Amino acid sequence: MSASVATEKPNQTTTDDIVEVRNITKFYSPDVHALSSVNLTFPRGQMTTLLGPSGCGKTTLLKIIAGLLEPTEGEVFINGTQVHGTGPERAFVFQDFALLPWATVLRNVAFGMELQKLNKRERNERALHYINEVVLSGFENKYPHELSGGMRQRVGLARALVVNSDVLLMDEPFSAVDEQNRRKFQEDLLLLLANENKTVIFVTHSIEEAVYVSDQIVILSPRPGRVHSIIRPDFSRKADPEDIRRDKNYLDTVEEIWADLRKYLD
Amino acid sequence: MSDATSSAISPQLPPADHKTILGMSHIRFYQVLSVVTVFVAWEIAGLIPISIAFPTFTGTMRALFEMTIDGRLFFAYVETLKPLVVGVLISASFGITIGIAMGLNKTAQWFWEPIFVVLQASPVAALIPLITYAYGIGLTAKTVAVIMLAAPIIVLNTYKAVRHANPSLIDMCRSFQGTRFQEIWLVIVPNAAPVIFAGLRLGVAAGFIGVILAELLITPTGVGDLISYYRSIADYEYMYAAVFTVILFSAILVGFLETIEVNYFRPEKKKGH
Repeated sequence: MSASVATEKPNQTTTDDIVEVRNITKFYSPDVHALSSVNLTFPRGQMTTLLGPSGCGKTTLLKIIAGLLEPTEGEVFINGTQVHGTGPERAFVFQDFALLPWATVLRNVAFGMELQKLNKRERNERALHYINEVVLSGFENKYPHELSGGMRQRVGLARALVVNSDVLLMDEPFSAVDEQNRRKFQEDLLLLLANENKTVIFVTHSIEEAVYVSDQIVILSPRPGRVHSIIRPDFSRKADPEDIRRDKNYLDTVEEIWADLRKYLD
Repeated sequence: MSDATSSAISPQLPPADHKTILGMSHIRFYQVLSVVTVFVAWEIAGLIPISIAFPTFTGTMRALFEMTIDGRLFFAYVETLKPLVVGVLISASFGITIGIAMGLNKTAQWFWEPIFVVLQASPVAALIPLITYAYGIGLTAKTVAVIMLAAPIIVLNTYKAVRHANPSLIDMCRSFQGTRFQEIWLVIVPNAAPVIFAGLRLGVAAGFIGVILAELLITPTGVGDLISYYRSIADYEYMYAAVFTVILFSAILVGFLETIEVNYFRPEKKKGH
């Protein structure tokens, strides 16, 4: 067995869970049932992926954790405290980048701090640091339409990192990026996060992406979304990216998840 | 992250096209050519002539020059601009405010939408005589005519632009704990600015129609008076010169609005051309 499959019930005794959702149910309308009694915990400093076919409510769950959507029932806890709405301990990376087209890269990256009314010098200083971290130095004064898709998402990532939240919520961040850049981006993300000590909750529909980047994979079943299983991939992340993608355990985990998910496709 | 990704696109964009024709950039050349073509066609049509009431371009320009020198145009425009400026300022300030309110709030939308939709659909030229019953023949009546034409366009454009604000940008603002005020002022309004300004440009043009209509239909003053006076004495070169200034003035005003938009709201459009 290449991965350990946990039961649906989350381990509530673990103290080092930074995010916990209890009994989350979401109805968009009486007949659109997006999520049904979802219980999950997210360990501090780890990367958890929400994986599942389209319509399984993974983005809905992420937006509920972010506080952008209200659950019909259930609670969200951050560091043991119940939260309502958005908060500074969570930062969101959007699927469509959500950059202000009329603002430069610098202002976009600093926008979270602009909303917090930080003084201009400090926010530009911090923004420049993260622009450098995501290798966009020299592009500070460009506008989003002058950048490629991959570069735009790096602006989105820098904007989320610069506000120094503990939890990074990423909604299919690479889905609008082409396959080659996507792989590069995954590798870069892991490198970048290794120094940041963030808890990441990552939504994707790509099995390979989920297995490659995650410490913990939550598989959701569709309509209404429920937790189907939780998998913790078991291979060394110390290895070279190319070796990981050829690792037997990596490939086995991908196959196993695929076998699990394909029954939802009929 | 490593170096390879950023090298694909260098920070320095390639310089703009350097092609020149007759000492102008080739873009400017075609713009000038377009204007010159219209004037030449006008001159030929006037020389044929297609109608005895259709003067040549050069004749019109001569009349225009003369009216500019002796101050007739200046005094006419002072008269015309009073109701136009007041009407457009009222339409723009109230119109944009009401439009934003309609876009953000369903109750405001239900209250205002029927009024402006009906106003936009109604033949205002036919309503202008009615204005004189209520407001007489003075400045007020003409200002009301301007507002009736300009306001619906400005309101409805603003409303639609605000209503269709990019939901993901609003989520982004909320996710960084932006207040509702910041959300409106820093995201929704700049996001809607291009459509709001398109509405303003159309509104100003419509307001111009309103004031000229009022001057033709209510009291003969200003530029409307110049047009109807020279028509009545069949001095068509002067009549066309007056009409020409209306078009020219309207175009300058619209260009001015575009400059404001690009400079204060959407700086990214400056480089995009």
